[in-house]
Amino acid sequence: MFERTRKAKIKDNKICSMNEAVAESIHPGDSLLIDGFTHLICFAAAHEIIRQGIKNLVGIRLTPDLIYDQMLEANCFKKLVFSWAGNPGVGSLHALRRKSEKTSTTRVELEEYTHFAMVARLLAGSANLPFMPLKNFKGSNIVDTNPDIRFIKCPYSGEELATVPALNPDVAVVHCQRADKMGNAQVWGLYGTQKEVAFASSRVIVVAEEIVDTSLLRTDPNRTLVPGILVDHVVHEPWGCHPSYVQGYYDRDNDFYVSWDKISRDPKTYQDYLGEFVFGVKDRNGYVKKMGSNLVERLKAKARMCEGVDYGY
Amino acid sequence: MATNWTSSEMMAVRASQELKDNEIVFVGIGLPNLACNLARVTHAPNLFMIYESGAVGTVPTRVPVSIGDPTLVTDSLSIASQADIFQLYLQGGLIEVGFLGGAQVDRYGNINTTVIGCYDNPSVRLPGSGGACEIAIHSQRLLIIMRMSPKSFVEKCDYVTSPGHRMVAKHPSKLGQGTRKDWGHPGRGPVKVITDLGVCDFVEGEMVLTEMYPGVTEAQVLSACGWKLKIADKIALAEPPAEASLKLLREKLDPGKLFLG
Repeated sequence: MFERTRKAKIKDNKICSMNEAVAESIHPGDSLLIDGFTHLICFAAAHEIIRQGIKNLVGIRLTPDLIYDQMLEANCFKKLVFSWAGNPGVGSLHALRRKSEKTSTTRVELEEYTHFAMVARLLAGSANLPFMPLKNFKGSNIVDTNPDIRFIKCPYSGEELATVPALNPDVAVVHCQRADKMGNAQVWGLYGTQKEVAFASSRVIVVAEEIVDTSLLRTDPNRTLVPGILVDHVVHEPWGCHPSYVQGYYDRDNDFYVSWDKISRDPKTYQDYLGEFVFGVKDRNGYVKKMGSNLVERLKAKARMCEGVDYGY
Repeated sequence: MATNWTSSEMMAVRASQELKDNEIVFVGIGLPNLACNLARVTHAPNLFMIYESGAVGTVPTRVPVSIGDPTLVTDSLSIASQADIFQLYLQGGLIEVGFLGGAQVDRYGNINTTVIGCYDNPSVRLPGSGGACEIAIHSQRLLIIMRMSPKSFVEKCDYVTSPGHRMVAKHPSKLGQGTRKDWGHPGRGPVKVITDLGVCDFVEGEMVLTEMYPGVTEAQVLSACGWKLKIADKIALAEPPAEASLKLLREKLDPGKLFLG
């Protein structure tokens, strides 16, 4: 049951709008993984999913972060699969808390792991294995609240090892610095779990700050993290990650993450935000325009070039 | 020595003293982040900092609000995937010091960062483990940094996210009430707890008060703890923070008082 074969996705030009990519590849009920760990979190994709009103999704991320909290507030999710649900360095995710505590009137289903366990699940999924062993969990209540964390005996040493099941999302969104129109994606800075996610997922949307010629990517093949043969759609979306960041392009909007606590604490100001910055714009370009010239002034990255390397032989 | 300092500043300074030069430390969010960066600009310039985001051998030039801040990437020694961070660096046994905080801790160093109340119907939903559970298991030694109060230093945690020396929880694990030795965890487990009042060591797996900050009384510490805390025969008096460290914390490391507030 865990066997699968994949057909290479070969097409000369996979470029489309975010609107088209989401409409074509993300359907109600899908398990969805928008990747990025602090870095390269594609808010543009989340906002388009919210605008299209796609519901009943299973949202998978190590850190749901503001991106999934906004989708939760917009009722996109029936379930979250995660390992750390907070606003990093700031505090709580308020929509999540409002849907997961004693006083909550509506609930979202939660399936909870640790970071290592989530990574191990994706490693198994990407390698076409049914599960991944790891040394973890003993002495923690995590084994009591997640029945999918189990133990096996090592067939060589007899040691008891924890296992977690493979994770194969229906659809993934991977943001990168640059890609060609076939979806070969180059990433630098923090990788998160992007490579594993792209290999583990049935459908892959690559979103890029810049679209470049394949010949440019070929000058530096070590930097290509996701090969285009896995990719269904390529979306050109500059500033697609704000308030997250893209190394070399724009800084993390830490002020936004800090101010978000107040906006999201009250359901009314939360809905007002979604009304203005998600439903109130047509696309990412509209969002960037709404943020004003101040966005670029505040966050555009200062150049920090690296010296190239010699691929000669 | 300074006379005018806050308990958060004292915690960051005291925690930084636990880190030695050239040690490999897995840096967590909040005060641990500040303590590690303070150590690096004071007595441990070659502190080897690894963040779960994938940044290895970092030299941040501003305080990272999150553990994935771009300042951790620029000029770092290496960027690893998160699969490599957890499998190769952490499970591979390279991490010498781990650093955790939480909402609740018990006398055996079990930490709760998951829920207050019962798991299925909590009064407060906390963020969860993140990397904490595996950091507690694999770090060669673990430092805990937490403010003391009867609500946070509890007889039994509502939920054990990250294991300490012995499993004792409101909801005992289906794997039983074992100890670290029974579980075969590679790390030694918690070795120190740095609080806002003083410092505890672990003797035979149980927390013992060994040090207090200037101006703090034993009665104050005992009333801030939810169980009858053991007290060492001889309690050391901590040095107040050095002026230079306070200046660094206030002017360079956390001028916006994000973690020191």
